[in-house]
Amino acid sequence: MASTDTTPAQDAGSVEAGLDALETRTTGRPTLRQTLVNKILPPVIALAVVLAVWTLLYPIVDDPSKLPSPAAVGSTFKEAWLQGDLLGYIWTSVSRGLLGFFFALLIGTPLGLIVARVKFVRAAIGPILSGLQSLPSVAWVPPAVIWLGLNNSMMYAVILLGAVPSIANGLVSGVDQVPPLFLRAGRTMGATGVKGIWHVTLPAALPGYVAGLKQGWAFSWRSLMAAEIIAQFPDLGVGLGQLLENGRTNSDMAMVFEAILLILFVGIAIDLLIFSPLERWVLRSRGLLVKG
Amino acid sequence: MATTTTLAQADESVEYAARLEHVSKSFAGPGGQQLVLDDVSIDVAPGEFVTLLGASGCGKSTLLNLVAGLDRPSTGDIITDGRPALMFQEHALFPWLTAGKNIELALKLRGVPKPDRRTKAEELLELVRLKGAYGKRVHELSGGMRQRVALARALAQESNLLLMDEPFAALDAITRDVLHDEITRIWAETGVSVLFVTHNVREAVRLAQRVILLSSRPGRIAREWTVDIPQPRRIEDAPVAELAREITEELRGEIRRHGQH
Ligand SMILES: Nc1ncnc2c1ncn2[C@@H]1O[C@H](COP(=O)(O)OP(=O)(O)OP(=O)(O)O)[C@@H](O)[C@H]1O
Ligand SMILES: [Mg+2]
Repeated sequence: MASTDTTPAQDAGSVEAGLDALETRTTGRPTLRQTLVNKILPPVIALAVVLAVWTLLYPIVDDPSKLPSPAAVGSTFKEAWLQGDLLGYIWTSVSRGLLGFFFALLIGTPLGLIVARVKFVRAAIGPILSGLQSLPSVAWVPPAVIWLGLNNSMMYAVILLGAVPSIANGLVSGVDQVPPLFLRAGRTMGATGVKGIWHVTLPAALPGYVAGLKQGWAFSWRSLMAAEIIAQFPDLGVGLGQLLENGRTNSDMAMVFEAILLILFVGIAIDLLIFSPLERWVLRSRGLLVKG
Repeated sequence: MATTTTLAQADESVEYAARLEHVSKSFAGPGGQQLVLDDVSIDVAPGEFVTLLGASGCGKSTLLNLVAGLDRPSTGDIITDGRPALMFQEHALFPWLTAGKNIELALKLRGVPKPDRRTKAEELLELVRLKGAYGKRVHELSGGMRQRVALARALAQESNLLLMDEPFAALDAITRDVLHDEITRIWAETGVSVLFVTHNVREAVRLAQRVILLSSRPGRIAREWTVDIPQPRRIEDAPVAELAREITEELRGEIRRHGQH
């Protein structure tokens, strides 16, 4: 075999290196300019259009008790800010919402895992759990008030009832969608039982779980607003829902608009700051996110 | 190899990396029980490279699953020396981990202490000639690279038996050629026993010391060839092509028989 030819092993090595070089993808990060043009500019334009339509519509409707001017709403914001109330409203609701969501997470995660893995439990409460998702969470406010009274626990109860089913269902569908190939690969490596759940099932189910969290947050926020609007009590403090209801009882349309905008803004902001990046990170690290 | 096993196991493990005794497997099908494997007996000696050849759907994957312990035979016994490593047709790497972490997971599940895992994983990547791929995500690798990482992960289990289920079927001819050289080299370097499933006759002859032909419906051992062409072989070598032609003839006969009724 001692000839001038390369040995098969060397040959394989060099061919392989060539193939690898040919087949390796290079992925770059988008530039600042690209992010600006693709991500930031479109919503800014959309916002400008909405404001323009609003300004045009105002003199046509010509009834500030129905449609306040953008300027009036702006000055309501400014006033609330100057009095130092604005952040207070936001904080009252956000802290409630996030804390409630956190409890929902603690309950929904093990619940989802049990429903996904235990056949009997799944048959027993699986359908109820997915049915609950389509029940508007406002429906829970009256019974919660009767059971728990007008206090913070009632708010948290309503958030839990809204968010737990979403979180649990997200995890269940995440687990259901784990490719059997991964489970079998795990088993041949010795990942069975709890090890299998920890090293294979849970990470593989993460995309579904995160989608559930995202939806769970949306439901938490909606449930909380419903609870705050319906359940008025001085001791509860003024959150965004109460602000909205106060605006209505005082026939102060600018305040109503202020509250609606704040509710929308906070809901979107939390999603953009926490859940969307989380989801994108999970998908991107698995190559599931197509750039564009 | 197995120094601390019990007597009975040691007895087995010295002689066989895997022993299948009269293994049958049937599945519940639409028309009652469907017999997929019928009375299959195979011994794989330690360090031996055996390829299992058969038409599509003849039960090759079923057989490997049984040997891997993912399923139980309907009748018969399967004895292996420890848990075999299994490489699937699809790479089956975990997309939430990097190439290196995939290998480290196999090491961790085997009980390798944390400080040693990183070096061990890098050694294994070097063995499959993917030195720089430690931090790469699965989707950033090409098909051939993925299969090599999967091979490294299977080797990380340090099983005495490596089961491979058409691992190169989805690759292009050149990449497959290169991986044939690699698997031959790694087999020689590590002394692992290999049971390699394929429906590609030339691939079977290129790699194996012994080729076992499985008939279809039900899968039975039809014939067996010992390949004594010296390594290194190439898939286009005349002796390889010669034997492949003979086996193909036999395989055709097997398949033709099904058309007759
Ligand atoms: N879990 C199962 N339940 C019912 N039938 C099955 C099951 N697994 C396999 N079979 C049947 O057993 C037969 C053999 O399947 P198997 O996947 O082992 O074939 P194969 O030789 O690996 O084929 P291929 O070359 O296409 O991979 C097929 O007819 C298949 O339909
Ligand atoms: Mg198969």
